Amino acid sequence: MNINLTLILQSIAMMVFVWFCMKFIWPPLTSALEERRKKIAEGLAASDRAEKALDEAKQQAEVLIGQARDQATEIIDQAGVRGNQIVSEAKDDAVGERQRQVRAAEADIQQAASQAREKLRSEVVSLSVKGAEKILGKEIDAGTHARLIDELVAGV
Amino acid sequence: MSGEAQTASEYIQHHLQNLTYGRHPDGHWGFAHGAEEAAAMGFWAVHVDTMFWSLLLGLVFLFMFRSVAKKATTDTPSGFQNAIESIVEWVDNNVKDVFRGTNKYIAPLALTLFVWIFFMNLMDLIPVDWLPWVAHSVGIEYQKVVPTTDVNATMGMAIAVFVMIIYYSFKIKGVGGFMAELTMNPINPKEMGLPKLFWPPLMIFNFLLEVVGLLAKPVSLGLRLFGNLYAGELIFILIALVFAAGSGWMAEGLQSLFHDGHIPSWFYIAAAVTVAVTLWLNLKNILSTKRTLLLLLIELLLVGGLAFAGGQLMHFGWAAFHIIVILLQAFIFMMLTVVYLSMAHEHH
Repeated sequence: MNINLTLILQSIAMMVFVWFCMKFIWPPLTSALEERRKKIAEGLAASDRAEKALDEAKQQAEVLIGQARDQATEIIDQAGVRGNQIVSEAKDDAVGERQRQVRAAEADIQQAASQAREKLRSEVVSLSVKGAEKILGKEIDAGTHARLIDELVAGV
Repeated sequence: MSGEAQTASEYIQHHLQNLTYGRHPDGHWGFAHGAEEAAAMGFWAVHVDTMFWSLLLGLVFLFMFRSVAKKATTDTPSGFQNAIESIVEWVDNNVKDVFRGTNKYIAPLALTLFVWIFFMNLMDLIPVDWLPWVAHSVGIEYQKVVPTTDVNATMGMAIAVFVMIIYYSFKIKGVGGFMAELTMNPINPKEMGLPKLFWPPLMIFNFLLEVVGLLAKPVSLGLRLFGNLYAGELIFILIALVFAAGSGWMAEGLQSLFHDGHIPSWFYIAAAVTVAVTLWLNLKNILSTKRTLLLLLIELLLVGGLAFAGGQLMHFGWAAFHIIVILLQAFIFMMLTVVYLSMAHEHH
């Protein structure tokens, strides 16, 4: 426990160590810390900004989605209208066609019927003439009895 | 290691003796053999062990922190860099809290003092016989490994701090300001409205009081650290003594195992290795903790008997407590230095 030269040497050692620390240890470490602090602050600010941007984008997206939805509804409505139109047009076409066919068929039928009636009539005339010939025993003069025959034919 | 027929007080004295290199009274330089020779050297002697360990630990500090400072990046820090940075930041915050002036040298000074003193104090936790035993086995007679248990070391640092206090007092306050602070406090004749005739005696009185206060700063700074660590070291030595004595008494059965009745040192080395292996196996999850504790107990009992185990427990208890002491004393030295320098920077 003697006070001796160690005292001075220790002071010198301490001063040298402190000098080294001041010069080569403290500045780089604290500047690194400071820089990192700045970097972190910047990072946090950037993340805040990004969050805000995200919010804005979300709002924008919502608007766009709304618009798209409206458009889709419109298109669907239009499509429905057009579909109905097509269906009714088709229905009208079909009805027209049916009527046309029915009319044609009716005309055919009428034609056939009138042909048949004509044929029948002429056969009836000839039959009647033959029958009358047989009954009268003589030839009916077509010229003289034309009025009679016509009356007969009209009566058939 | 204690010698053949060493008494308890010899053991303690041996442990408290520095390895001293200096000028013998007859004029030649050399190592002191014993306390009397060291004392006879007077001022012209150096405690080689104190200087060696304090320089080594200071270099460890510089190397550790420099290695981080060199590659300090702003990216995510690695584990070690993180630890160093948190110490730096902690010191920086403490200094910012206390130091009111603007002086960029105070914080690195505080960091150096704190870490260096902490490292030196940490040497106190190394079992008291280990390094002296190593030194002894290579032929060095004395070895005191905790520099802060040497009053020269602590007072040396305190004096360096004192020089800085004086320097900054003169620099910041000016010669007149500093003198006024020393002579116009605590009894201020100017404020009391006394005629100038009565000023000098009051000023002399003030000056005496203030100089005592000023000188008390480095003395208390150095002696506080020294006293705490010296007392701690002494208790470690006493514990070592108790358990060495106890094991001598309890280990008679063990001694009888060896043909000359003397337990050879390889036995202790083997015991230490066994304990280390036990702990290692536990860390590798090969042994359960319960079994490890049981095994440790058996090993301790086997090596030195109950007193050995008791000594181990005492040592562990005091070491656990001492961790707080060494940290706290390093912190106090640092903070007081900062406070004193802050006072030196204050204007009045």
